[in-house]
Amino acid sequence: MTPAIEATELRRTYAGGASGGPGARSATRTSRRSGGGYDAVRGISFSVPRGEIFALLGTNGAGKTSTVELLEGLAAPSGGTARVLGHDPYRERSAVRPRIGVMLQEGGFPSDLTVAETVRMWAGCTSGARPAGEVLAATGLAGRERVRVKQLSGGERRRLDLALALLGRPEVLFLDEPTTGLDAEGRRDTWELVRALRAEGTTVLLTTHYLEEAETLADRLAIMHQGRIVLSGTPAEVTAAQPARIRFTLPDGVPAGRLPLRLRAAETAGRVEIRTHALQDDLTELLGWAREEGVRLDGLDARSASLEEAFLDIASRTERQEADAR
Amino acid sequence: MSTTPPSASPSAAVAAPAPAGGASTTRTRLAALGRAELTLLGRNRNNLFIAVLMPLLMVFLLRSSLGGLDTETLPMGTGAATLIGGTGMIVLLVVYMGLVSSLVARREELVLKRLRTGEASDAEILAGAALPSAAIALVQCAVLTVAGFAVLDVAAPARPDLLVLGLLAAIALMAGLAAVTTAVTRTVESAGLTTLPLFLVSAFGSGLFVPRDALPPLAADLCGLLPLSGVMEFVRAGWLGTAHAGSLLTAALNTVAWGVLTGWAVRQWFRWEPRR
Repeated sequence: MTPAIEATELRRTYAGGASGGPGARSATRTSRRSGGGYDAVRGISFSVPRGEIFALLGTNGAGKTSTVELLEGLAAPSGGTARVLGHDPYRERSAVRPRIGVMLQEGGFPSDLTVAETVRMWAGCTSGARPAGEVLAATGLAGRERVRVKQLSGGERRRLDLALALLGRPEVLFLDEPTTGLDAEGRRDTWELVRALRAEGTTVLLTTHYLEEAETLADRLAIMHQGRIVLSGTPAEVTAAQPARIRFTLPDGVPAGRLPLRLRAAETAGRVEIRTHALQDDLTELLGWAREEGVRLDGLDARSASLEEAFLDIASRTERQEADAR
Repeated sequence: MSTTPPSASPSAAVAAPAPAGGASTTRTRLAALGRAELTLLGRNRNNLFIAVLMPLLMVFLLRSSLGGLDTETLPMGTGAATLIGGTGMIVLLVVYMGLVSSLVARREELVLKRLRTGEASDAEILAGAALPSAAIALVQCAVLTVAGFAVLDVAAPARPDLLVLGLLAAIALMAGLAAVTTAVTRTVESAGLTTLPLFLVSAFGSGLFVPRDALPPLAADLCGLLPLSGVMEFVRAGWLGTAHAGSLLTAALNTVAWGVLTGWAVRQWFRWEPRR
C-alpha cells in the first residue's frame, strides 16, 4: 500500500527573499539565503503510512507551513518530490483534492456569510459532502448556524475551519496549527476529534508548536529547525534520546566538588544540574552520598526527558553552532 | 444561546453514518461560489450601490450630456447613443469595478487562498466570483433594451446576435481585466483609484460618452486599440446594424488580442493571497 504522504528531498525556495512565504519572517535572523532566494525548506524527507497521526514540530519560521503547503499542492516544490496518496499534489490536483481535507494556519471565510452559508458554499465544492449539521456538531458549532463569520470568536473560527476540512470525509487531513487560539477545553475537544478520526482510518499530518499536543496526539513526529528535520521518531524515541535531569541546591559550605565524581554536574549559583541517561542509578548514588555526608538537597527535582527538553536542546544547539560560525 | 454542549461527543458525531453528497462538478462548484458571492453582494451596501444604482445614474447622466450634441456629430440620435454608451457603462461599473473590489476583499480575507485548497480550479474560483456581477449586468442590459424601446424611442436592436455576442465578450474581458487590476490594488478602499484609469480611458476613448466617430480621425484610430473598443463596436453594430464587415473584423481581432493578453496577465500577476 502506498503511504498516505511521502516527501523526498523536498525543497522550497522563495524568490525575492523576505517578501516570500510564511517562513520568511525569520529570514533576517538566520542564514538561509541562497542565490537571491530564501530557503524555507531545505531538503526534507519523511513518509506517513495510512492511518497515522504525524506531527511536524518547530519554532516559528522553522519551515512547517512551507512544507505543508507543498504537500497540500498549493505550490510546486523547488526541488524533490511530494506524493499524497501516490499522486503529485500540485500537478495532479484534481486526483488528490477530493480525497484530502485542509485546514490552513490562517483560514479565510467571507466575514459577512453565516456559518451555514459558509458550509453550504464549501459543500458545493466538495465531493461526497456530509450534512452540515454533522460536521458542525462534531466541532462544537451546533446552534451557531445563523451567526455571521465576523461575529465568531477566534476559537470558533478555527472550529469552522476544521469543520470544513472534515466535510468531504478526507482520507488525509492536513491541520496547520489546528489549536492555536483555542482555550484548553477547545484544544482537548480537537484532540479527541483527531483521535476519533484516526480510529476511522484517517491519516493526519499536523503542525504545532505545542509540545504537549505532539506528545499526546502523534504516533510519530519530526522536529524541524531552520528548514530541516533535525530529529524524528515516535514521541518515546525522541525523548529517549535526550538525557534525564536532576536538579537541587547544595547547602552553603558544601562545594560541588564534593559530589560523587561519576556524576557530571554543572553548578550555577549554588544550583546543581546533572544530566544523565541512567536516572535511577545516578539518583540512587546521589541520595546515598547525601545520607552518608548528612547533606540536605534543597529543591530536589528529578525528571525523565521530555519532548520539551529535546526541543529546547535543538534550538539552543543550533544557536550555539551559529554563534561559533560567526 | 446554543443548548448543545460543545463537542458533547465528537467521536460519535464523526462516526455517525450519514448519506454523503455526490461528486462535486464544475456546475455544483460554480453554483455554490456564485450563490455565496451573490449573498455577499446583497450584504455590502457599497458594492450594491455600484452594481445597481450607479449604472442607472450614469445612463441618465449620459442621456443629458449627449442631448447637447447636434445630429451632425451624432447621426445615430441621442437615444441610440445613450443605449450603446449605457451598455458599456453597465459592463464597466458592474463587472469591472464591482469585481475588482470583491476579488480584493476575498483575497485580503484569505478566502481565495482557502478556496484553492479545495476541489475548485483557479478558473472556477474566478468565474464563480464573477457570476453574480455578470448576471446583474445582463439583466440591466435587458432592462435598458426594453426601456430604450419603450421610453427613448429607439428601434429594436437590428442584429440581436451581434449585441449578445458583444455583451458576453465584454463581460468576459472586463472580468479578466478586473482580475489583472487586483494585482495593483492592495485594499478594497484603493479599488476606486486603481479602476479609474481604465474607466476614464474607456468612457472617453471607447465610445461611451462620445461616439468614436465624433473624435478626430487619428484619435479615433488610436482609441480603436483600447480594450473596450472592440466589444463596443459589436454592441453598436448590434443596435444599429450599420457596421461594415471590415470594422467588425478589426473589432474581433482587438477583442481576441485583449483576451489573450488579459489571460496571460492574470496567470502572470494575479495574487491569491495578501502581500505581507
